[in-house]
Amino acid sequence: MSGPRGIGFDTLSVHAGQRPDPTTGSRAVPIYQTTSFVFQDTAQAAGLFTAGRAGYIYSRIANPTVAVLEERLAALEGGVGAVATASGMAAIHLAVMTLVEAGAHIVSSRALYGGTHNLFTYTLPRFGITTTLVDPRQPAEFARAIQPTTKLIFAETVGNPRCEVLDIDAVAAVAHAAGIPLVIDGTLTTPVLLQPFAHGADVVVHSLTKFIGGHGAAIGGCVVDAGRFDWEASGRFPRLTEPDPGLHGIDFTEDFGPSAYIARARLEGLRDFGGVLSPTIAFQFLQGLETLPLRMPRHVANAEAIATYLSKHEAVERVTYPGLAHHADHALAQRLLPKGCGAVFGFDLKGGRDAGRKFIEALQLFSHLANVGDAKSLVIHPATTTHARLDAAALRDAGITEGFVRVSIGLEDPQDLIDDLSRALYRSQQ
Amino acid sequence: MLTTFNGHQVFYATGGQALDVNLPALIFVHGAGMDHTVWTLQSRYFARHGHAVIALDLPGHGRSLGAPLATVEALATWVLGVVRALGFNRAVLIGHSLGSLVVLEAAGQAPQFVRSLALLGFSYPMQVGAPLLEAAQNNDHAAVDMLMIWGHDYVAQLGGNAVPGMGIVTPIQRLVERAAPGVLYTDLHACHVYAGGIDAAPRVQCPVTLILGDRDRMTPLKGARAFMQHFKQPHLTLLQTCGHGMLEERPEETYRALAAVLDQV
Repeated sequence: MSGPRGIGFDTLSVHAGQRPDPTTGSRAVPIYQTTSFVFQDTAQAAGLFTAGRAGYIYSRIANPTVAVLEERLAALEGGVGAVATASGMAAIHLAVMTLVEAGAHIVSSRALYGGTHNLFTYTLPRFGITTTLVDPRQPAEFARAIQPTTKLIFAETVGNPRCEVLDIDAVAAVAHAAGIPLVIDGTLTTPVLLQPFAHGADVVVHSLTKFIGGHGAAIGGCVVDAGRFDWEASGRFPRLTEPDPGLHGIDFTEDFGPSAYIARARLEGLRDFGGVLSPTIAFQFLQGLETLPLRMPRHVANAEAIATYLSKHEAVERVTYPGLAHHADHALAQRLLPKGCGAVFGFDLKGGRDAGRKFIEALQLFSHLANVGDAKSLVIHPATTTHARLDAAALRDAGITEGFVRVSIGLEDPQDLIDDLSRALYRSQQ
Repeated sequence: MLTTFNGHQVFYATGGQALDVNLPALIFVHGAGMDHTVWTLQSRYFARHGHAVIALDLPGHGRSLGAPLATVEALATWVLGVVRALGFNRAVLIGHSLGSLVVLEAAGQAPQFVRSLALLGFSYPMQVGAPLLEAAQNNDHAAVDMLMIWGHDYVAQLGGNAVPGMGIVTPIQRLVERAAPGVLYTDLHACHVYAGGIDAAPRVQCPVTLILGDRDRMTPLKGARAFMQHFKQPHLTLLQTCGHGMLEERPEETYRALAAVLDQV
């Protein structure tokens, strides 16, 4: 039997989380650029401070403009709630810190954004939190790496820049068999292309800076909670299942039920770490979200056209895009990503480091910079920028060749992008 | 907090405060397929404002063990038994949806026990449509979808939660999804067949406040209005732009309505 139909994704991307402003009737989400909120009376103030009333205290904990963004993101992912953060890395930090303490262990895919790799392998160990990195294409490796102190599995939907597609269902099954949650970075796919909760993920993080914003004008992130993980049954998370003396004795699972994790992320994580998103920046991301369902198909269509073009070019050794039949994860991508594999991928240029340098310098429409997910097409040559300190052998260890180029395909006319690439590819081989 | 009653574990939340039998008691009873967490805001607030709060998990719900009870009459007897066993001889009873029938029946069974009665998302009779009952009986997720969509006003489905960053519908959906197979059907069937309201209402001696959503499609307003005549001291608080799920749709308005009930006691 099918139930009644809920509200569609495109409608949620425009409306979710907002009611027209009750004071002014403003249709757009007002920017509540304020640090704090006047209490109605002492009873309401006391209720707000003890999680007994709904409302706002201080914009580090919650803000009405930011809350619209959070609720909209939760709706688009199918989660119970969300917390917006100052950056994507702040989101990953918050997602992890809500689960771990000194002595904890993480199992993570080794196909990670560089910032996440640094956090897991260099920074967190200083605080007694260690990570085992495993091959994202081998769910059994995740299982073998789990220890008694492991608190989560972390992975990206599609790896950056090699585009390894994660079998979320399989890795979620591994995590749940061990009584730990699966935390997924969905930045490169966005909920338009893939909703990880539908495949068993428990927490999703995003860098809003990328496709969700889409304008390349703001930095932000978010954590979304599916509300399905059973913290009580796991027994590994006493900070979620026992009264917390630092938070008015709140027992998060007892008091918040399915929303325990995201409630703790806000009440402890934003209060103590303070990686909060500003209301003005939240407003900018709301503008991006309204058109996300329209933009992503264009990003994907352009990316598919360009990946196909590159795959046939004589100056290109190999294109790493799961939408192409030769990619190792093509079949998995067809199952998990029927709407497309995103718009960030890489290719290996013939001629190594020197060809890469000539190629980048010959581009006129693509912007050479360290970002992805912009409306504008972007490009970077790791061997001369982010990984310039590495020799050829070290680059190979990192899975990057000297001629490897990463592109993020924007919303321009695809023929203009192909023309730009064509000119630069010719120059790269001179 | 855990206790044992009729040989089974019973859970009740106290709003984060120790239970003091010398304080006036507030008893919260949840709706079909849910548990005590629907009352978290109210529990935590009133427990810090002079009340002994008991937000129960009905048998087979949340952390209370045992099979779910099949009738409103049995649930009412159970609620009275648990609360008395905890040391309280009088209480304000507050129930939502199925819980509103349970506290009405409890007030009919023990009029002297009840100081005031608050019925949220109430209608009488509380008949449940055949498609919903059938889906619930089959443990079909369509039953959850029907509860979420028919149980919340359209505006609430779009969102705008007064609790920052939280969805309105999805947290409740997850709660109902957690219910063991058969629990939701047992609850809905209990609502559907309950016929004791006509007898219970005239026996109620205390003030009765109906807190209803003006856009409630699960328990339509006209059913509650027609039934009000059976109470000696009825009062209606109508929440604007609100469906059946006023606890999550309109938490501040619900708080004010309950505070007014307690002011009268």
